[in-house]
Amino acid sequence: MKIAVPVKFVPDLVEEITIDPSGTALDTTWLRLIINEFDDHAVEQAILLKEKAGGQVSVLAAEAEGVDDFLFASAAKGADQLVKLTGDFSTVNNHALARAFADLLKKGKPDLILTGVQAHNDLDGSVGPLLAENLGMPYVGYVAGITPASDKVIARKEYSGGLVAEIEVKLPAVLGIQAAEKPPRYIAYSKIRQVMGTAKIETSPIAGLDTSGGTSVSRMFQPEVTQRATMLEGSPVDIADKLVGIFKELGVL
Amino acid sequence: MSQDIFVVIEHLRGQVSDTSYVMLAGARQLSQNFGGNVTAVLLGHEAQGLAGNLAADKVLYVDHAALTDFTSDGYQCVLAELIKEHSPRVVIFGHSSIGMDVASGLSVKLGLPVISSCRNFTTEGKFVSQICGGKIMAEGDIPSPSALITMVPGGYKAELGQSSQPAAVTAVPAPSLEGLRLSVKQYIEPDTSDVDITKEKMLVSVGRGIQNKDNIELANDLAAALGCVVSASRPVVDQGWMPTTRLVGKSGKKVKPKIYLALGISGAPEHVEGMGDSEIIIAVNTDQNAPIFNIAKYGTTTDMFDLIPALIEKAKQSK
Repeated sequence: MKIAVPVKFVPDLVEEITIDPSGTALDTTWLRLIINEFDDHAVEQAILLKEKAGGQVSVLAAEAEGVDDFLFASAAKGADQLVKLTGDFSTVNNHALARAFADLLKKGKPDLILTGVQAHNDLDGSVGPLLAENLGMPYVGYVAGITPASDKVIARKEYSGGLVAEIEVKLPAVLGIQAAEKPPRYIAYSKIRQVMGTAKIETSPIAGLDTSGGTSVSRMFQPEVTQRATMLEGSPVDIADKLVGIFKELGVL
Repeated sequence: MSQDIFVVIEHLRGQVSDTSYVMLAGARQLSQNFGGNVTAVLLGHEAQGLAGNLAADKVLYVDHAALTDFTSDGYQCVLAELIKEHSPRVVIFGHSSIGMDVASGLSVKLGLPVISSCRNFTTEGKFVSQICGGKIMAEGDIPSPSALITMVPGGYKAELGQSSQPAAVTAVPAPSLEGLRLSVKQYIEPDTSDVDITKEKMLVSVGRGIQNKDNIELANDLAAALGCVVSASRPVVDQGWMPTTRLVGKSGKKVKPKIYLALGISGAPEHVEGMGDSEIIIAVNTDQNAPIFNIAKYGTTTDMFDLIPALIEKAKQSK
């Protein structure tokens, strides 16, 4: 089975997120980008499928700081092909990214495309279903488990409350991954360094990115805080004391 | 072209989701800006009874055996025809396992913009979306003449989308639904062999800040000292450190304990969806900007690994 995993990089929420002087976009000056965690799960799920049923895994990403390391790490995990889209992605949105991925994937003709179900900065839909429609393929999102079966797969789709639907999906198809069957494996940097010597990143230039279909924002802001927690101060022991007091007052201790 | 607001009702196995009512409440507010009707769009098989308490001006109901279970394939076919025929001003979907599967595809198929993660509408009829784990809001005009929107809960009370006076239901014939590529084989019920975290009066809940599997033991010790159990946010369950039976949030359980002690949980919208109704939320997080502090009653930025041993000690002493 040929599996493709298009991924995107997103702002690292551990860092402080600020808004640029225009007031309509994130300030990218100090913005650190990391792999969208759902995409990380999609890569893991692809490798797990390859280990279970054989096949070939391609990982595709648009150029950004840190993308090369991520692609090499994917190779160290077992990906066979690494593709980097190059060009100006400063104004990229999900519609544009999905079109760019679709153009490449039309040539690669994968049987199965796995991508993260969403990203925290999605404003114009999510890449998976946009890509599926561009390719004329069916889409199932919130998938946490896949069983391959010749020209189809069984996808386990999650609903709220823990209910799961087993859905038969005719291939080729796009699945939006919520979680891989196992957590993304850890790869030591020494192993990634090793792979850098042998694996090759193919570059695919994207000229004149078509950004139509994106969402226009007239104002970006941090949410107004209507209620802020009463902060408990002091040493850990002092705070523990106060918490026990609160628990007792409420009759739970 | 119409000024109507369509709301795609989400339901699963005979139950309309709370998100549907939230969407209807949002649509009602938006209809005041655009002047059209609020139309609930209900797709299903022998599901007309679900229209009974929808707070809408009218209901369009499409019945077909292939719509018994939700699939993006079937829903997209039907909705594409309905949207082409009626050209509503806005179509609202849930930002959920149902709505997100169809809204983006329809955006490409119909060439209409789609706006994600909308939490509420302003009095001027602009969308306000919640991104970056709840840390950033993005506001803008809803593009004309037609736009698709996926909506997160939190902006409107579900009760406002419910009505005791049923709206008139118009049955609309389904288009051909031959050759669908997705079919639901079976549902797997949530595991009930573990403790039911929805019945606990107190939860010690751990998030990404717990750092590794070994530290779960520390949380278990604390829960034991407090006489309660441990629950978790999505990253902890995805890492395999806690079973899915303990998952709180959008894809897990919705809990309402008396006390929700959140350890190392940032408060992303997907998590808040599952615990926002807790009576008292206490947040322990070293990031003072974590959104969890905006919904917690009490908070501290003390390192949980310093606080937990002290709290275990104090809890034991107080017994």
